[in-house]
Amino acid sequence: MQNIVVVGAGQAGASLVARLRAKGFTGSVTLVGEEAEAPYQRPPLSKGYLLGEMPLERLLLRAASFYEEQKITLKTGTRVSSIDREGKRVLLADGTALPYDALALTTGSRPRMLAPVIGGDLEGLYPVRGLTDVDAMAKEFREGARALIVGGGYIGLEAAAVASKLGLKVTLLEAAPRILQRVAAPETSDWFRALHRAHGVDLREGMGLAKLLGRDGRVCGAELADGSTIEADFAIIGIGIHPDVTLADAAGIALDNGIAVDMHGRTSDPAIYAAGDCASFPYRGHRIRLESVQNAIDQAEAVADTMLGAEEPYVPKPWFWSDQYDVKLQIAGLNTGYDRVVVRPGSREGTQSVWYYHGETLLAVDAMNEPRAYMQGKRWIEAGISPAPEGVADATKELKSLV
Amino acid sequence: MAKITYIEHNGTEHVVDVPNGMTVMEGARDNGIPGIDADCGGACACSTCHVYVDPAWTDRLPAKDDMEIDMLDFAWNPGETSRLTCQLRVTDALDGLVVRMPEKQI
Ligand SMILES: Cc1cc2nc3c(=O)[nH]c(=O)nc-3n(C[C@H](O)[C@H](O)[C@H](O)COP(=O)(O)OP(=O)(O)OC[C@H]3O[C@@H](n4cnc5c(N)ncnc54)[C@H](O)[C@@H]3O)c2cc1C
Ligand code: FES
Repeated sequence: MQNIVVVGAGQAGASLVARLRAKGFTGSVTLVGEEAEAPYQRPPLSKGYLLGEMPLERLLLRAASFYEEQKITLKTGTRVSSIDREGKRVLLADGTALPYDALALTTGSRPRMLAPVIGGDLEGLYPVRGLTDVDAMAKEFREGARALIVGGGYIGLEAAAVASKLGLKVTLLEAAPRILQRVAAPETSDWFRALHRAHGVDLREGMGLAKLLGRDGRVCGAELADGSTIEADFAIIGIGIHPDVTLADAAGIALDNGIAVDMHGRTSDPAIYAAGDCASFPYRGHRIRLESVQNAIDQAEAVADTMLGAEEPYVPKPWFWSDQYDVKLQIAGLNTGYDRVVVRPGSREGTQSVWYYHGETLLAVDAMNEPRAYMQGKRWIEAGISPAPEGVADATKELKSLV
Repeated sequence: MAKITYIEHNGTEHVVDVPNGMTVMEGARDNGIPGIDADCGGACACSTCHVYVDPAWTDRLPAKDDMEIDMLDFAWNPGETSRLTCQLRVTDALDGLVVRMPEKQI
């Protein structure tokens, strides 16, 4: 193999090309990305960067010189428009073609937006996915401005925390009965609801958006499911993402909630691989797709290794974090399929951990300002060890003493 | 600005200037120095930016907060002089700092 092309210069793409060189691959490596910047970290976009505490240079995953030093051709601001599988080449938007022996798709995901019939085409609406979104939003973050946040997932909640810290008046709408419903237990939702309310966020759960209201083409408020209305100067849309399968779909590659890959990151075309937010893969008898830095890095590295002949399957060791106000939430494991939750009071004021079990098996831990619980839980989950739930619930017992 | 010496586990030394306000982790990242993974990008969530600080420096660095202490406890083979480099912010006072990488990060 002489020629590796990677499409999508985000977290996964950057990890993949770096891994190829770290493992000694000497052939040609090209990383093509649509965005103007070299690969950067997205997590700070709804945290430190939005807060204005982190300049652009610090967001970059690697210094710009890294790619040159490693003889990686980085083409930023370049969209791939299609894949010619027969001819084994990708076509760029400017008409040029790049041949490949192996191709990786690390195209990430796109934010869901609201339909135009309910005001989704108004001005003053912002998703939180890329630098351009967040840079465009910055001018709205004036003290006293009224921010409407649609969606109570991690991104919506982080944006709410930043906005309220900067002195904006924040209303957050969640259509489901509780915030974080899709990703966490009620105990964790309760914790974050209390946190946001304590910071003055008007948090409304079980409250759908009927439509956004506009004036002169710009959002000025919203009508809610119960017929009431609220005013807003701008709106942040945090209602989830969908995997970006555009290229794979057009090329006839098998899809299943994302680009379907096997345990080694191979798609239905043996010369094409996928990793990160865009890829779904087999895990414990199901097919899952993860939207996290951990998965983007580890799956991309597994794909690089597979390309170079390794046979180790990718088995994720999931972890995630979220920063809201002065709370750091750290999550180890995947809680899917839990049937029991144990709350462990924290070791310090304002801390707590939530432990997810299926029967007696520990699946996941949400730790709020409680890194010990996170790290210990992570170790146990990765080792397949399950401490007795009763022991975990007893804060007078040291975690380490339980197993 | 501080001159910082990063010593890889295999003994390879890198001496670089890191601007004030950056972290010791970012100094390694931006200079392409291997051995510090920093998977979480400095959020104090991964403990893959662990180093051993030269013993002459342990008392000269800003104290660890609770979060760093607890995360370090679970880093790979932590010791007395262990620090998370993403929590060490560079100032002139760090000029001459020497850090050594562990054999691996996790
Ligand atoms: C605001 C925000 C906060 C987050 N916070 C956290 C967090 O705290 N912890 C955590 O673990 N995860 C967090 N995440 C998730 C994490 O950032 C993603 O899971 C990760 O970035 C996925 O990496 P990726 O490489 O798969 O996709 P991306 O990083 O999205 O990269 C995909 C790239 O491919 C490009 N692309 C797509 N199609 C084409 C094409 N045809 N041609 C050229 N380029 C193309 C896109 O422009 C994009 O740059 C957050 C995400 C966001 C948006
Ligand atoms: S970079 Fe993740 S803990 Fe330091």
